[in-house]
Amino acid sequence: MSKVTKEELLSVAELAMLELTDEEVEMYAQDLSAFMAYADKLNELNTDGVEPMTHALQQVNVMREDVVADVLDREEMLKGAKEHQDGEIKVPTILSE
Amino acid sequence: MNFETVIGLEVHVELKTNTKIFSPAPSHFGAEPNTNIHATDLAYPGVLPVLNKSVVDFGMKAAMALNCQIADVMHFDRKHYYYPDNPKAYQISQEDRPIGEHGWVEIEVDGKKKKIGITRIHLEEDAGKLTHTDKGYSLVDLNRQGTPLIEIVSEPDISSAEEAYAYLEKLKAIIEYTGVSDVRMEEGSLRCDANISIRPRGQKEFGTKTELKNLNSFNYVRRGIIDEVKRQEDVLLAGGVIQQETRRYNEATGKTDLMRIKGGVADYRFISDPDLPEIHIDEDWKARIRAEIPELPDARKERYIKDLGLPAYDAMVLTLTKAMSDFFEATVSAGADAKLASNWLMGEVSAYMNAEQKELGETALTPEGLTSMIKLIQDGTISSKIAKKVFKELIENGGNAEEIVKAKGLVQISDEGALRTMVTEVLEANPQSIVDFKEGKGRALGFLVGQVMKVSKGQANPQLVNKILAEEIAKH
Amino acid sequence: MTILNKTTAELQELLHNKEVSVKELTEASYARIEKTDDDVQAFISLNKEVALNRAEQLDQEPMENRGPLFGLPIGIKDNIVTKGITTTAASRMLEDFVPVYDATIVEKLNAAGMVSVGKLNLDEFAMGSTTETSVFKTTKNPWDLNRVPGGSSGGSAAAVAAGQVPFALGSDTGGSIRQPAAFCGIVGLKPTYGRVSRSGLIALAPSFDQIGPMTRTVEDNALLLQILAGLDAKDSSSSPIEVPNYKAALTGDIKGLKIGVPTEYLGEGVSEEAKTATLEALKVLESLGAIVEEVSLPHSEYALPAYYFITSAEASSVLARYDGVHYGYRSENAKNLDEIYRKSRAEAFGPDVKRRILLGTYTLGAGHYDDVYKKSQRARMLVAQDFQNAFKKYDVLISPAAPTTAMALGAEEADIVTKYMSDILTTPINLAGVPAISVPCGFAEGLPLGLQIIGNHFDEATIYKVAHAFEQATDFHKRTPEVKEEN
Repeated sequence: MSKVTKEELLSVAELAMLELTDEEVEMYAQDLSAFMAYADKLNELNTDGVEPMTHALQQVNVMREDVVADVLDREEMLKGAKEHQDGEIKVPTILSE
Repeated sequence: MNFETVIGLEVHVELKTNTKIFSPAPSHFGAEPNTNIHATDLAYPGVLPVLNKSVVDFGMKAAMALNCQIADVMHFDRKHYYYPDNPKAYQISQEDRPIGEHGWVEIEVDGKKKKIGITRIHLEEDAGKLTHTDKGYSLVDLNRQGTPLIEIVSEPDISSAEEAYAYLEKLKAIIEYTGVSDVRMEEGSLRCDANISIRPRGQKEFGTKTELKNLNSFNYVRRGIIDEVKRQEDVLLAGGVIQQETRRYNEATGKTDLMRIKGGVADYRFISDPDLPEIHIDEDWKARIRAEIPELPDARKERYIKDLGLPAYDAMVLTLTKAMSDFFEATVSAGADAKLASNWLMGEVSAYMNAEQKELGETALTPEGLTSMIKLIQDGTISSKIAKKVFKELIENGGNAEEIVKAKGLVQISDEGALRTMVTEVLEANPQSIVDFKEGKGRALGFLVGQVMKVSKGQANPQLVNKILAEEIAKH
Repeated sequence: MTILNKTTAELQELLHNKEVSVKELTEASYARIEKTDDDVQAFISLNKEVALNRAEQLDQEPMENRGPLFGLPIGIKDNIVTKGITTTAASRMLEDFVPVYDATIVEKLNAAGMVSVGKLNLDEFAMGSTTETSVFKTTKNPWDLNRVPGGSSGGSAAAVAAGQVPFALGSDTGGSIRQPAAFCGIVGLKPTYGRVSRSGLIALAPSFDQIGPMTRTVEDNALLLQILAGLDAKDSSSSPIEVPNYKAALTGDIKGLKIGVPTEYLGEGVSEEAKTATLEALKVLESLGAIVEEVSLPHSEYALPAYYFITSAEASSVLARYDGVHYGYRSENAKNLDEIYRKSRAEAFGPDVKRRILLGTYTLGAGHYDDVYKKSQRARMLVAQDFQNAFKKYDVLISPAAPTTAMALGAEEADIVTKYMSDILTTPINLAGVPAISVPCGFAEGLPLGLQIIGNHFDEATIYKVAHAFEQATDFHKRTPEVKEEN
C-alpha cells in the first residue's frame, strides 16, 4: 500500500473535523503510512467467500415496544450545553450557505 | 431542439409511532423545544440505540402498500456528517439492505395511466431542527431528532411536472390509507426533493441532474420542476452545460436558486451499525402486516365506478384521502344517493374545508347529518338554497337536517295558494317591473323572483315561484 | 495494612457480626487511598461525601437482604457513566461532563449494595495500554512506581493491587482489562461480548467493548460478574442467554479438562519469563488432571491489523459526536461553527485519540473501504472461526496475558507498529468476542506476570473453574506490593 501523503492526510483531517498543525500533519502522515503497511499483510490473506463480520455476537430482532420512557429534563440537558437561549442550544451560524 | 424531462423524486415520510425510532422519547409535532428528548437523542456518552418495533411494522406496511418486495434480512448503517441538528454526527439509516425494494405506483395524467417505479424504501431517523437567527447564531431543538422516517426513492420514470404531482398525490393517498403517517407537508411529515435532468429526445444517456430542494407544497413541486426544466433548456440552448448542483425553490420569485455545487461524491463513510443487530423478517411477520393493510385508493376508486356508478373523476377525488373516502362510504351506507353525496363532498364540503383550513374530522358534520340533508333535498322538503343554510348549520354545529329545518322553520313553501298570494303582493308593489318585463327586459323577472323569495324569507319553492309569476304577469 | 486485605468472606462475616460497619469499610478504603494515591495516582475523582452517606444508609439494611458483596467498596473506571458524578474518559473533552443517567452496571452495583468510592484513571477514551495518555495524571504500578500499570484500565488494576479497593470495574476492547491485571498481579476478566450491558460505557469500538470485573481473587471476580452479567433492554447487543451460578463452578476439579495451547501465542515477541511462567502454569494444571495439548489458531497474525483497522474505524464513528456543540468541551477560540468543530476537537483530543480517528476515517474513505475495512472484517471472521474450531476440541485455551512484565514509565517504542505488538496476545479474543481472564502466574524481577485463560462464548464458568483451581494450587495471588505509605 502506498504512502499516505500530506494532501491525503489533510483531506482526512477535513472529514474528521480536526484542525492540525504542520508538525501534526507530518507526524500523522507517517503514522498512517506505517499502518497502511499492515494492510499489505491483510492482503496476503485469501478471503474469497468469507462474509465480513460486523458484530461480535449475532443477535437478531432485538426491538423494544413503542412506549414512552425516560424523557430527559430540559434544564438538566441545558446544564451540559455551553450556550443556550429559550430552551435551545446556541451555536454560531455555519459560514457557508 | 426538442428535450425530454427525466425526474426522480425522493420523498421522506414521518411515521406516526408513539416514540422515536431508537429512543423512547415521544415522537410528535408541535411540542415546546427540547422537551421530547431522551439521553440517546443528545448522543450522550454511553447511550445506545434500541429499535422501536412499531417502526418496522409501519415501514413494512407502507412498503407493501407501495408494492415493494420486503427484505428477509435488513440492517442499519451509519451515515457520517457534521451538523448541529445531528448530535451523533452520524445518521442511522439503511444503505445496504433497506426494508423494501422494487415497488411501483400507478398514476393517471390526462387519462393516460403510467407506472412509476420505486427503487427502494428505507428506514432512518430524522434530524433535529435548526433555527437561524439574523444575529449570527442558530438555535438547536432536538425534539425531531430520532423521529422515524421512511425515505421513498423513485426510479427516474417521471417525465413531467404533472406526473410528479400525480405521483406525489398517489403516494400521499396510499400512505395515508395505511395509517402509518399523517403525510402533512405543512407539518413536515411529508417532504420531497426532486432530481431533474433533461436530454434531447431520443438520446439514451441521462443528462446531468440537479437536485431541487425546499419544495414545501405539491404546487411548489410542480412549479419548481417547470421552472427548473425551463432553466436547463435555456442553458443548453444557449450552448451552456448543466452543473451537478443543489438548487432551492424560491417561493417568492417562483424560480430556483443555486444552493451549492456538488463536488464529487459525498464521503459519508457508511458502516454497518455495530450497536444494532440484524432484523430478520419471516413470512408470518409479513403476513400479519399484510393483513392489516386496508383497501387502498385504487381499489376503492374501481369499486365506486363499478358498484356505485360514479364518474371516474368523482371516484378519483373522493379517494384522495382516506378520511373523505370513509366519510363518503358512511354517507352512502346511511342511505344517501351516491352521486348527490359525491357532489356535496366535492363541492360545499371541500370548499368549507379549504376556506376554514380544517380537516373533515375537525368539522361537526357527520355522514348521518349529510344523509339527512340529501334526503330532504331529494323529497323536495328543502330547496337547494335552503340546503345551503342547513348545511352551514350541520358542518358548524352538527346535528340532523330534519331537526334544523323544523327548529328554524326552513321548510320549503310549495303550497301554490300561499305562493300565489305572495306573487300577487309583489306584482302590485312593482308595476314598473311588469312593464319592463313585457318590453323584453329579462332582468325584471329575476328581480320579481327575488322579491318573492324575500317575502317568503327564502323558503319559497323557486320552480313554483317562476311558474306562478309567469301565469300572473300574463294576466296583466 | 488495611482491613480491606481480608477476604470477602471474612469481611461479610465481620459485617454480619456487626464488628465492622459499611461506613467503616468505606472509610478504610478512603484512608488507604489517602495514604497511597499520592504515589499510585489511580483515582481521577473521589465521591467521598456521597459514598459515606450511602454507606450509612446501607448499614440500616437488614442482614437477610444483603448479598455476597454487600457493603464492599468498588472503584469504577472513568469511562463508565455515573449520574451526577463527573465522568471524563480521562479526556479534556469531557473534563466537566456530568452524566444525566447511570450506566446499567452502576445501577446493578447499587442494587447489590456495593459502595462506589470514586472514578479510576485510564488512557484517554480507553485508547492505550499504559494509562499514560490520560490528560489528568499518570498512574503508577504499585509493584514498582517507576513502571506503568498497563492500560487502558490501569487505574482500576493499580487501585486493586494497592489495596485501595478490593473491587474495580474495567473495560476491555483489545486487552484493556487483562493486560493491566497481568501487570499489576490481580485477576481481570473480559466477559463474552454481550454478557455485560454496555449501556453507559463510553464507547471506543462498540463491536469489541466489554465491561468486566477486576479483583484480587478468582472467587471475588466470579461474585462480581454474577452481579454485572445479564440481558439489558437498553443494550441490543446484550445476550438473553441465562447467567449461570459462577461460584458453583469453583470446584477445584479440573480432571480430564482439555486445555489447548495456541502455538502462535508463544512465538516471537513473548519474553522468556512470560513463556516460562506459562509453561510452569500448564504443568500445575496438568498435575491437577487437565490434559494439555498444542493447538493452532492459524489466522492470528492477521488479527492485529484487522483489530486496528476495525476498531479505529468504529472509534472514528463513535468519537464524531464530541464536536463542541451539544455538551463537552467547546473551544474558546472558535469564531464560527466550522471552527467550533475543528478547534474543539483539535484542542480537546490527545495525540493518540487523533491518530485513531484519522486512521479510522482514512480506513473508511472511499479508496480503502473494500481493501482495508471490509477486508479486515473478513479477516475478523477467519480469526473468530479459528476459535470456534479450537473450542470444538478444547474446553479452554491458555497463553501468557502479556508478552512481558510492566514497562518503565515513558518508555518509547521504536516505532508505532512495534508499540501495538504488545496487544498481540489479547486482541484476537475481542475480535472473536470470546471471554478471557488474566490470573497471576509468577513474578520476574519482582514484577507480576499473568496467565490468560480463554473460554468459549458464554462459558465464563469454565474459565473460572480453571483459574480458581490454578489459584488454589499456587500462592501468587497472596503476594501484595509494598506501596510506601506516606507518614
